[in-house]
Amino acid sequence: MAIIKTEDLTYVYSAGTPFEKKAIDSLNIEIEEGELVGIIGHTGSGKSTFIQHLNGLLKPTSGKIYIDGTDIWQDKQTTLETRFKVGLVFQYPEYQIFEETVYKDIAFGPKNMGLSDEEIDKRVRETAKLVEISDEQLEKSPFELSGGQKRRVAIAGVMAMRPKVLILDEPCAGLDPKGRDRILDRIREYHKEYNSTVLLVSHSMEDVAKIATKILVMNNSSIVCYDEPPKVFGMADEIAKMGLDIPQITKVFNALKEKGYHIADDVYTVPYALKKLLSYLDEKGVKLDA
Amino acid sequence: MEKIIEAKDVWFHYQNEDFEEENAPIKQVLKGISLDIKRGEFVAVLGHNGSGKSTIAKHFNAILTADKGKILVDGIDASDDEKLFDIRQRVGMVFQNPDNQIVATIVEEDVAFALENLGVDPLEMRERVDNALKDVGMYKYREHAPHQLSGGQKQRVAIAGIIAMCPDCIVLDEPTAMLDPIGRKEVMKTIKKLNREHGVTIILITHYMDEAAKADRIVVMDSGKTILDGTPKEVFKNVELLKSVGLDVPQVTELAFGLRNNGIDIPDDIITEEECIEEIIKIIEKAGK
Amino acid sequence: MLKDITIGQFFPGNSIVHRLDPRFKIVITGVFITFLFCAENFYGILFGMLFVALTVLLSKIPIKMIFKGMKSIIPLIIFTSVLNIFFIEGEILFSWQFIKITKEGLETSLFMILRIICLISGTSLLTYTTSPITLTDAIEQLLSPLKKVKMPVHEFAMMMTIALRFIPTLIEETDKIMSAQKARGADLETGGLIKRAKALVPILIPLFVSAFRRAEELAVAMECRCYRGDEGRTRLKQLKSGGKDYIALALSLFFLDVVIFFNCIF
Repeated sequence: MAIIKTEDLTYVYSAGTPFEKKAIDSLNIEIEEGELVGIIGHTGSGKSTFIQHLNGLLKPTSGKIYIDGTDIWQDKQTTLETRFKVGLVFQYPEYQIFEETVYKDIAFGPKNMGLSDEEIDKRVRETAKLVEISDEQLEKSPFELSGGQKRRVAIAGVMAMRPKVLILDEPCAGLDPKGRDRILDRIREYHKEYNSTVLLVSHSMEDVAKIATKILVMNNSSIVCYDEPPKVFGMADEIAKMGLDIPQITKVFNALKEKGYHIADDVYTVPYALKKLLSYLDEKGVKLDA
Repeated sequence: MEKIIEAKDVWFHYQNEDFEEENAPIKQVLKGISLDIKRGEFVAVLGHNGSGKSTIAKHFNAILTADKGKILVDGIDASDDEKLFDIRQRVGMVFQNPDNQIVATIVEEDVAFALENLGVDPLEMRERVDNALKDVGMYKYREHAPHQLSGGQKQRVAIAGIIAMCPDCIVLDEPTAMLDPIGRKEVMKTIKKLNREHGVTIILITHYMDEAAKADRIVVMDSGKTILDGTPKEVFKNVELLKSVGLDVPQVTELAFGLRNNGIDIPDDIITEEECIEEIIKIIEKAGK
Repeated sequence: MLKDITIGQFFPGNSIVHRLDPRFKIVITGVFITFLFCAENFYGILFGMLFVALTVLLSKIPIKMIFKGMKSIIPLIIFTSVLNIFFIEGEILFSWQFIKITKEGLETSLFMILRIICLISGTSLLTYTTSPITLTDAIEQLLSPLKKVKMPVHEFAMMMTIALRFIPTLIEETDKIMSAQKARGADLETGGLIKRAKALVPILIPLFVSAFRRAEELAVAMECRCYRGDEGRTRLKQLKSGGKDYIALALSLFFLDVVIFFNCIF
């Protein structure tokens, strides 16, 4: 059974005014449990509106959302429970940190869930370890940490709630390459460790390509495709037309194909590109150092 | 070529404000930076967070003053308090967050802000504001409120606010970090145009390797020192060194590096897609013969 | 949503009232308030109402807007009239136990109500027809003589401008922080007063932290653009006064005279 399922999900902003705008238009999608889905789309494509529906922060104008088979708007209780089932990490999450210590800030979510003190303690420590925050840092004020550390603390705050679905909106925005890789790495680790479903929203195909098992492309309030990364990167040209960035390496291999050198269709990371290119060259009889 | 900025052995540290004791820990951010920027150059500065790249940039227009060493801006000593506004007029700065650098509630009034401070005559001001807005392609938004604009548009307004001063040099501190791909393209296009058509010296601090690859020259910083300085081709060659200081190289450079490691003869200074495509085809064709 | 809150009541337009020099508008509003308080009888107040009605017509502001603005002062009107009806001595019209209603009381309260209505509708016309930023500029210029006695007039106006600039930004930010904390299970909607006040902490702290960070960055950005206070500063937009402004002022002074004249003859 799909963990997330939507039926004709539609949301209209400022309904009934001259500024009326369909932010998302009859979305139908099923996402299986355990996937790590990369959601890409440019600003205004509807991706932010879509994810805010999944944990009940926005109420659909029409259509239905099922999480784990339950309609999240069937009654008030279910809607509230959905907030804990589906954890949402907003853009620049470090701006929501408020407690005196890192420990307390990570504990905020689990506390709101009404968990016992031992359980909270266990979760905080486990999650801190997962995002590479040391015991010593747990007792510090979050405002003393560096930007990248703060970001990891804020993400841990949601991870500690152990949601069945974890959604992250642009978790790497504004970080340097090292910080970017570290966050992506931690997200992958969390996905592996708890086998939960993870949705990762990004402008950057390159970031998404590094870890996603499936990719969802949104444009003009609708879903363009939902498929495995190789298939999605096969439509690189269409995606580029939507104003999204295509990894440089994908562009190179597509151009080579156009010139009659068909090496591979599904290239989007350097190691994979290298592997494909080397075996192609090998076939052509180029001498390689084994 | 004439030098617009000269930094000679610049040292700087931040005092940790949270400690009041006398022997508070000192964070040495710059450890003897020497750097010359020539007039009309487009220089990209790379370095991971905390490498000191923003700190050195703030020295270029006298927001910070060096503990030791000297900065000359167009020949003027940056530590001379009397010349403070001469320096800031010559070197303008654009920051990461477009929201936090727009002062006025109307676009054109914000662009005029620096000119108002400098006491420019209103008639001349009008002309310079209009020209600046046209240069960044925001003229038709001149009467909008900043919060009605997209991130890329706001950042272009911020740039217009600087170029209205007619500076010799603009320092941009990660101007695209908070923008989406469309906004990034708009801003990069504007920067390049200012450099090529108006001869403005550009110092671009960035995390994006593809942006740096478009510069004439790249300076790489790590823990308060410059570790590499040269054309993009010369700099990106050093794949392993760059990775060791937490930076990336363009994907095509990394691919070429991988091919060389496997004994394939491909140049080590590939940075554009076109070069990469051409070189790969050469290898394939050579093998076919 | 918080975004829907409009700040200031500016109603954009291009009528003659909109185009008047804001400095003159402020002065005229002052004159108007003076003549309302000078008026000692109904004729004077009626004349004031005529003045408001004329301006509303000229400004092309929908009457509905004016009435909407009145809603918020209903409690004030009720309070004043109650005070006047029951506590003014005079010719008794009606009495029950200790409650007395007098003719003088009724008259005074009606007079007060009309005066308040006039006052509120007249002054709100100023904010309806002038954008907050122009208003700030005008206030700065009108108060500029005070700079001679070391009053920080420019600084005050700059603070107003920055506040106006950042209100939409901070509202948006509050919205975001609220959503983020709700996503972490913060309960903002239920519970008693103390619980609700406590629930605000996770919103207010991040908001303050962010506001301070913004202030710091803005200060550096302003320094980069050679900001040094009022010293030698010029302005892009010059406030210009012309014939229409003088006529408007003359007209309002004429109304003031008429009111004073009414006070004498009736």
